[in-house]
Order: sequence, then C-alpha cells, then structure tokens
Amino acid sequence: MAYFARRIGFFLLTLWGAVTLNFLIPRLSGGDPAQAILQRIAGKEARVDPAQLAAVRAMLGVPDEPLWRQYLDYLGNMATGNFGVSYTYFPYSVSEVIGEAVPWTIVLVGVTLVLSFVIGTLLGTWVAWRRGTTFDSVLTVTSAFVGTLPFFWIALVLIYVFAITLGWLPPSGGYSGLMEPAPTAAFVADAWPYFILPAAAIMITGPIGWLLGMRNNMVQSLGEDFARFGRAKGLSNRRLAIAYGARVAILPNVTGFALALGGLIGGTVLVEQTFNYPGTGRLLLEAVSNKDYPLMQTIFLFIAVGVLVANLVADVLYGVLDPRARRKEAA
Amino acid sequence: MTAAALRPRARAPQWFTILWRNKKARFGMLLLLAFVLLALLAPVIAPYDPRDRSFAGGLPPSAAHWFGTTGKGYDVASQAIFGARTSLVIGLVAGAIATAISLLVGMTAGYLGGMVDEVLSFATNLALVVPALPLMITLAAYVPGGGSEWMVIIVISITGWAGAARLKRAQILTLRNREYIQAARMAGDGTFHVIFREIAPNMTSLIVVGFIGAVGGAIGAEAGLAFLGIGNPDTISWGTMLYWANTDGALLTGAFARLVVPGLLLALLTTALTFVNFGVDALSNPHLREP
Repeated sequence: MAYFARRIGFFLLTLWGAVTLNFLIPRLSGGDPAQAILQRIAGKEARVDPAQLAAVRAMLGVPDEPLWRQYLDYLGNMATGNFGVSYTYFPYSVSEVIGEAVPWTIVLVGVTLVLSFVIGTLLGTWVAWRRGTTFDSVLTVTSAFVGTLPFFWIALVLIYVFAITLGWLPPSGGYSGLMEPAPTAAFVADAWPYFILPAAAIMITGPIGWLLGMRNNMVQSLGEDFARFGRAKGLSNRRLAIAYGARVAILPNVTGFALALGGLIGGTVLVEQTFNYPGTGRLLLEAVSNKDYPLMQTIFLFIAVGVLVANLVADVLYGVLDPRARRKEAA
Repeated sequence: MTAAALRPRARAPQWFTILWRNKKARFGMLLLLAFVLLALLAPVIAPYDPRDRSFAGGLPPSAAHWFGTTGKGYDVASQAIFGARTSLVIGLVAGAIATAISLLVGMTAGYLGGMVDEVLSFATNLALVVPALPLMITLAAYVPGGGSEWMVIIVISITGWAGAARLKRAQILTLRNREYIQAARMAGDGTFHVIFREIAPNMTSLIVVGFIGAVGGAIGAEAGLAFLGIGNPDTISWGTMLYWANTDGALLTGAFARLVVPGLLLALLTTALTFVNFGVDALSNPHLREP
C-alpha cells in the first residue's frame, strides 16, 4: 500500500509544481500583454496611447500587484476554475475558448495514442519473435528511418499528396463549417474526413517507439536465464516468446505509455498547426503569438495535468502488474 | 620507444572495432561523416551563396538550380547545404548542455540518495511532466533576445535533460550497491573517486547513447521550432526552409523539391545518429552485438 500512497503523494506534489511553474514561466521575462493587444489592434507601426493602454489593462484585469499577491490570486483562481478572460477572444472566458478546443485534441491524442501503443507493441513482439530474419531487419531499419521523419514534415507531405494533388481529403480545418460542432452523429460524419490526415500524420511515426522498445526488451528478456531454462525445458518458440519474453518486456512499455504522451502532445501541436486543426495545440501557438497570458497559462495547465494523471495511472498500473516494484518501495 | 610499445596504439581502439563491426553503426558513422563534411565544406560544395537572392523566384529544378529556387529567389540546394551547419551546431551544443545537466542531476541524485535525491528527482519528474514542445514554445516566446540561435539552444537544452537524468539515476542506483563499489567504499575511496573512477566507466555507453540521443532530439526540436516560425526566420536551416515553403504556398504551386529536400536531410541526419546508437548499445550489451 505504501507504494500507492507514495505515488499519490508524488502526484499531488508535482501537480503543485506544475501549477507554480506554469505561473512563473510567462512572467519571468516581462512583456506587456496590454501593450501587445493594442499593437495588434492598431497595427505594428502605430504609437500606443498611454490612456488607451491603461483602459485596456483595467478592462482585461491585468493585476498591477506584487508577484506574491498575483500568485495567491492565481492559486485561488485555479482552485475555483476561474481562468480569466482571453485577450484574443475577448469577451469570451478562457474556459469557454479552451472548452471548444479540448475535445478535438483529446480525440486526436486519445485515438492515436492507443492505436500506436497496441500496434507498436504487437509488431515489436512479432519482430522480436522472428528476430534475425530478413523481415526483422527490414522492419527495424525501416522504422528506425521513418521514426526520424519530423511530424510536421509528414503532415506537409500528406497535405501535398492527398489533399492538393489527389484532392481526396480536405487540406486544413476540423469541420466543414456548415454546422455547429456538437456531439451528434451528423457532425461526426461531417468532421471525419478532416480527422483522417492529422491522425495519419501522427500514426505514421507513433507506433515506432513502442515497436523498437518492445523488440529490444524482448530480445533482452529472451536472453535471460529463465528464458534459457524455458527453452531447455522444450517449450515451443511461440510460448516462449509470448509467455516468457513479451510478458516481461511489456512492463517498460507500460511506463513508456505515459511518458510518450508528452512527445505525442508535442507532435499534436505541430500537426494541429500544420493542418489548422481547431485543437489546443494550435490555440496554444495562437495564444503565445498574441501574448494571451490567461489562455496560454491555462492550456499549459491542462496539458501538464493531463500528462500527470496519465503518469499516475501508469505508475499504479505498473505497481499492480509488477510486484517487485511494490516490494522495492516498501523495503 | 620500442615497436612493441607502439603497436597497441596503431590499432583502432576496441570500442571502435565493435562499432565498426556492427553494420548499422558503420552505416550511421559513414552517413554522419558525410553530413559533417557537407557542413564543413558548405562554401565549396554549394553552387551559390545561400543569401544570394538575385535569381528569379519559384524556378523549377534545372542544371543551374538543382532543386529550383524559393519564392523569394534563393537557391534551394545552397540553402539546404548550408542548413546542415545550423542543424549540426545547434544539435551538438544543445545536446552537450542537456547531457551535462542530466549527468550532474542524475548522478548526484542517484549516488547521494536521501533528501538530495528526493529534491532532484522531483525536479526531474517535474521537467519530464511538462511536455517539451509546448514548454519550448512558451519559453522561446518570452526569453529575451528572442530569435537568436543561443535562445533556441538554451530553450532546447533546458527542456531536454530530464529523461536522460532519470535513466542515469536509475543506472547508478543499480551500480551503487554492487560488491565492487562497496569494496571500494570500504577501502576508503572518496565519493568523487567512487563516482568517476568506479561507477562512471560502467556508464560510458549510457552517457554516449544519451548524448547522441540528445543531439538528435535537439536537431528535431530546432527544426520544429523553426517550422512554427519561432526563432529567427532568416536563419538558414532546414526548419526555416520548410517554414517558408509552407508560408509562401510552395505546396500549392507544386514546388515539391522545397518540401522533400530539407525533410529528407533532417531524417537522414537523425537516422545516422540513431544507427550509431545501435552500435553504442551493443558496446555495453553483448546480447545486441552482431555475430
């Protein structure tokens, strides 16, 4: 039980750390959001009227207070779910703006993450079982190469081939705009063609980390004494690979699940930007370029908390699957 | 000096022999060498100055312009060749800084244990939790002197050390309690001596794998940031080439070379690093060695 209590304690501590980091980063090196929004309204060259600046600042509620006071306000706001007003989408609140973007990203990341894990682990097991064959070296070498292709580049190539040249799928956006986003079958049918290319851009490299990881872990575990003993006992190759090799090798892949989420989210940001997909990644870039502090802070928080929760789940799962982890912690 | 004393020096060191015998690592090293030569000899190899924009815009590939020209009239081939410099320099420097941070944090935490470990591990896990790219984007938008290569290097290295630090800590934890380490400690060797003389040699391949991985990660991160238009869009790099290809609509006009060339170069360079790492892995893990 100590293992799980420790994980949860750790989760709460990192949650606090992430929230604080999130508060500090945007403020560390100054920059004035009110100034930025006025420049945006007035155009780059125009001079900004100080009175107008003060008015915008009061309107947007930029606090003119010491940092510690801002921090306390911030913690209180986070706790009550009050994330402020977006500068870019004024007068909409940050929660409303993010609320519209989050489902897009969750579906995109969720579908590609699970599919990548399953496909990668299965292929990795298969390749390790057949290790040393031509199939193994071709697949390992190909995936090592394909895995190095940048997400955004794959996205550009897919747009060029399937959207521009062949015209099969739309090159950008998330839905046709003929109807409002809603969780209905009609809207899903409308948005579906827009989902295929972004998801494909992530899925082409997504499984590779798990494939190679699984292969290496399995090659290693099949070289261990227990596997050698199994072979000496006359177990079939298939049983050896699945019940002995894969069972041990899958554990590091489970911990990799949560960590890979961070990388996948990075990929999603690039892919969303390239496809102009209406998710949180594109929104983040928009918020950064507009110096939209409240929006940016909250997107960060959402991403960090999402990864933290996934980490906790993987840690707990790992403890359940591997008794050694629990015992080591207790000792 | 006798001939006998000279002979061992004349032979390639053992690590090189193992690397060279590994077909993937050999391929990776040769490819990497090609990129290093491309970067060093860029002014000789490139047909034009990469900042020379005296050509007509959007020319198709021809003998004079192997991959055509950009919308603004730069020679694509020359930009691609000079782009190797940006990727290699930023990759090596950011990779070295990230590796140094991970060594310091990981080894200190793993060896000292206790409260120091708790604090450092917390910092490591926190850095792991915050997804790197969104963090880089924000940092880059706020770090003063936005757009310089140094800013990009700093942003990449302070977001890219955590994974390697965690691995090094884990490795040192398993090494710390081996009999020979305990023997060294009981024999009265100091902490410094134990870490660097007894433990570090057993971690060499992990450190090298981590460094090469960090270089590859930094190269990818630089390209990603440049593609997003973060940093200086006037830098000549493969990422900015793709950024401009995307912004000035090269896809719509069918200038496929502007898309393919920088992307493939990026992928080939990262592949070279990955393949070298296959060989370095085999150094420490005889299971992975090729017969």
